[in-house]
Amino acid sequence: MLSFIKSKNSPAPTELAPSSWATRVKRGLEQTRNSLGRQVSGLFGGGRIDAALYDELESILLAADTGVDATTWLLDELRRTVKWDGLTDAVQLKGALQETLVSLLAPLERPLDTGTNKPFIIMLTGVNGAGKTTSIGKIAKYFQSQGKSVLLAAGDTFRAAAREQLMAWGERNNVAVIAQDGSSQQKADPAAVIFDAINAAKARGIDIVLADTAGRLATQLHLMEEIKKVKRVIAKAEPGAPHEVLLVLDANTGQNAVSQVQAFDAALGVTGLVLTKLDGTAKGGVIAAIARQRKEGPPLPIRFLGMGEGVDDLQPFDAREFVEALFD
Amino acid sequence: MFDNLTSKFSGVIKTLKGEARLTEDNIQEALREVRMALLEADVALPVIKEFIARVKEKAIGQDVMSSLSPGQALVGVVHQELIAIMGGETVDINLATVPPAIILMVGLQGAGKTTSSGKLAKWLIDHKKKKVLLVSCDIYRPAAIHQLEILAGQTGADFFPVHPGQQPKEIANAALDFARRHHHDVMIMDTAGRLAIDEAMMQEISELNALLKPIETLFVVDAMQGQDAVNTAKAFSEVLPLTGIVLTKLDGDSRGGAALSARYITGKPIKFVGVAEKLTGLEPFHPDRMAARILGMGDVLGLIEEAQRGVDLDEAEKLAKKMKSGKGFDLNDFKMQLQQMRNMGGMSAMMDKLPSQLSHAAQNVKMDDKVVNRTEGIINSMTGQERAKPEILKASRKRRIAVGAGVSVQEVNRLLAQFEQTQKMMKMMSKGGMAKMMRGLKGMLPGRR
Repeated sequence: MLSFIKSKNSPAPTELAPSSWATRVKRGLEQTRNSLGRQVSGLFGGGRIDAALYDELESILLAADTGVDATTWLLDELRRTVKWDGLTDAVQLKGALQETLVSLLAPLERPLDTGTNKPFIIMLTGVNGAGKTTSIGKIAKYFQSQGKSVLLAAGDTFRAAAREQLMAWGERNNVAVIAQDGSSQQKADPAAVIFDAINAAKARGIDIVLADTAGRLATQLHLMEEIKKVKRVIAKAEPGAPHEVLLVLDANTGQNAVSQVQAFDAALGVTGLVLTKLDGTAKGGVIAAIARQRKEGPPLPIRFLGMGEGVDDLQPFDAREFVEALFD
Repeated sequence: MFDNLTSKFSGVIKTLKGEARLTEDNIQEALREVRMALLEADVALPVIKEFIARVKEKAIGQDVMSSLSPGQALVGVVHQELIAIMGGETVDINLATVPPAIILMVGLQGAGKTTSSGKLAKWLIDHKKKKVLLVSCDIYRPAAIHQLEILAGQTGADFFPVHPGQQPKEIANAALDFARRHHHDVMIMDTAGRLAIDEAMMQEISELNALLKPIETLFVVDAMQGQDAVNTAKAFSEVLPLTGIVLTKLDGDSRGGAALSARYITGKPIKFVGVAEKLTGLEPFHPDRMAARILGMGDVLGLIEEAQRGVDLDEAEKLAKKMKSGKGFDLNDFKMQLQQMRNMGGMSAMMDKLPSQLSHAAQNVKMDDKVVNRTEGIINSMTGQERAKPEILKASRKRRIAVGAGVSVQEVNRLLAQFEQTQKMMKMMSKGGMAKMMRGLKGMLPGRR
């Protein structure tokens, strides 16, 4: 069965020699830079800072999914900087915008520390089609490359063939996958699968467990209850777990990303975000909206960016690199 | 999901109320709010610009001397333009060709192509009595083909088995041959998700399209997509002769601006919307109803239609009549409604169709399925007379009912309060339409606009 699936997978695009973080991010964000960055750079070509320039900038930010609130905030900040520092030239405005963006996004940059527990249990959630299962493969590969042992739990027992998809990924990455061999008629219980996986990880001395879950929309209350249960069961298998609850967001998503963060956080206590599909033409400006979202307390950190279909196309988030890649 | 957009619009309209006439100035203000609402709803900027320009042109030129208030006149214009931009009428799927009619599903990764393929097969089997073949040429995503195979099994469609190593074009050719030999009416071709900037993949889909000459090339769009919907739609429509759009994940709480963007850019009609995770969760798209929903009028028609499908026709008609008249709505009907709700896919599916003001109110009531069960239990503990005339329920009857249902008296009271609220809403809906109802709700729910 698995060989049948595997043989149909085109080989994962082989990456060039591992390049530096910056070049990778730049490559991944090429599209964003092309559309957003070029536009902005064109804007900053020179000349006076006037109302028309701000209007133009507003349009560009809005078109990047930054959202009304974050865009208004950015422009207000920018206006203040221009006033205080007495900026007059449009070129100077570019630097000012970069700095404002970096200061907005910097609190989102908090890498994941998996050394606090063994096994360190990570649960992934998100809406349908955000890229959870694909991200799990990439995250597994990322941790493996750091010399850690990883185990995958096929907790998406709802979507047809989700289990097979994860198993295929596991095979590619050479990672064990715990799944329940339910026939397609009888759906396995996601909490039970993940419970088993955690016990297997403890027995085998695994460092990190990645638990997949089925995609769900936050409006589906019964499914939100189900995932709360999954979390409770994880805590039974390993006290204090899950150590990380990752919400996977599609960079193509518009302002609904903000409500997704809110809803999943309310249900599960999300501890980090993964932003996927940044290699398309989507601009990911919704990050700014998310950074502005929580009025009290620090914003949720972005743990990883997904920038392609290859298993290596996953990177931790670095605010300055991200902003610089946008404007180069 | 359009609810959020709906409530925004309701706010916009409010600001126009009480104005004596539409002037260029006060229209400007309201239009700016419409723009903000559309931006928050993820409608793409270029589309918004065009939309606002059209509304402005129509509104200023319009004769508001009739019995309409200026506010109503502007709502009318926005409503009409929303319908116009979404395509006017419901467009049915086109199968008028020598069988097999081929439907090609295209779109970004994670848009919902495979799930929609399965749902579409189910819809064609159930509603059009077609013999359907499901084919996948997604050789890239692990287990994608297997996913479709499972869906085929669940829908009763036939599945075309793919051999390892086959390329998409070979699969297409073989499947087409298979469908002809087995006399399939429809062949649905699921494809791999692809980025519009991936030239090799776009070339592949273009070749597939040329080879299959599908009667429908459906562009699958995620209702949650942001501003980039414009670019994606543009890129796909440049490479492929799209014939229609499938809008997915509409049961979420996204504001669905992508629908407007994709429709506007491609110029192709939205033919189906995905509204639930179940395989029956696919519905034809009704632009007029959707526009009404955006404006806060709610999809009562859709609700009744669903009732007809979920329940037997007599009961549905009774319900519809009672909803319209608001008369004689008693606890028996209340219970029947709860049961029907369950038949119709639960609360969330229903909420989606209610006018936003109503569903907000209903959200306060907080009814999930557990509560529904308990409510039913309470009603079951009442006598026929009590159900027909809830006003006779006094302390001792309530105590008896509470004991019978195994709940506290407070819960019985809560149910009765809920029932009264529902009854009130129905009365309001029947009398003076929306404006009155909104006013009524404002009074009932302090804190709401």
